[in-house]
Amino acid sequence: MTDRPLSPHLQVYNLPMSARLSITHRITGVALSVGTILIAAVLIAAALGEGWYSRVMDLVMSDLGTLAVFGWSAALYYHMLSGIRHLIMDTGRLISKRGAAVTGWLVILGALGMTIATWFCVCSFR
Amino acid sequence: MTEKQIVTAMKRAKGLGGGHSGVPHWLHQRVTAVAALPLMVWLIYSVMKLKGANYSEFTDWLSQPLNAGLMILLILCLFYHAALGLQVVYEDYIHTPCLRLAKIVGMKLFFIALGAACIFSILKVAL
Repeated sequence: MTDRPLSPHLQVYNLPMSARLSITHRITGVALSVGTILIAAVLIAAALGEGWYSRVMDLVMSDLGTLAVFGWSAALYYHMLSGIRHLIMDTGRLISKRGAAVTGWLVILGALGMTIATWFCVCSFR
Repeated sequence: MTEKQIVTAMKRAKGLGGGHSGVPHWLHQRVTAVAALPLMVWLIYSVMKLKGANYSEFTDWLSQPLNAGLMILLILCLFYHAALGLQVVYEDYIHTPCLRLAKIVGMKLFFIALGAACIFSILKVAL
């Protein structure tokens, strides 16, 4: 060890909010890419016949499957809203501390609200 | 820079230059993002409507031209968007050039294969 002060490592560095939002956008994007396999599984199973379809659907409707779909929906809403925020920022708007913070919170609250609203509808209908 | 170099400064600078393919990648990422927005809203609505659907209910739904068409568009748009996004992730975090290239090519081939399987499946159910 040295007596000199060390630069903060990523693990101990308190990332600013915009950086947290950015890495979350990337993580949800990777998660959704993996989630495309779920969409593909349902479509391919439907083409293979009734046996395969019900096997995949049993998996999707199981507790673990429902949890995966729940995570998929939350990641999707975050990535969608954060993506819209990035598209607006691509036009040069909202590039300020205040703009980034306010829209960042809108993305977080929006994703949370849309996820809850979706699953409220899913649970109350049938 | 005291070491003698056989390449000229110009040659070195050219070698370090851009790959000349960044702008289309960036643009395609955004265009597919905008196109995916209405398609994903449609998918969420459809998944909620189809929750717990049995085999014939699901295939009836997918057999309708509008649903089959939108699903094919969604697969094309989504898989291309995912491949472009994952490519940037690999480029950022894999530092060995040959490994990076291999992973990007492998990932893109995977999405092409999965996309082809999806579209074939949609058409098989719908037609």
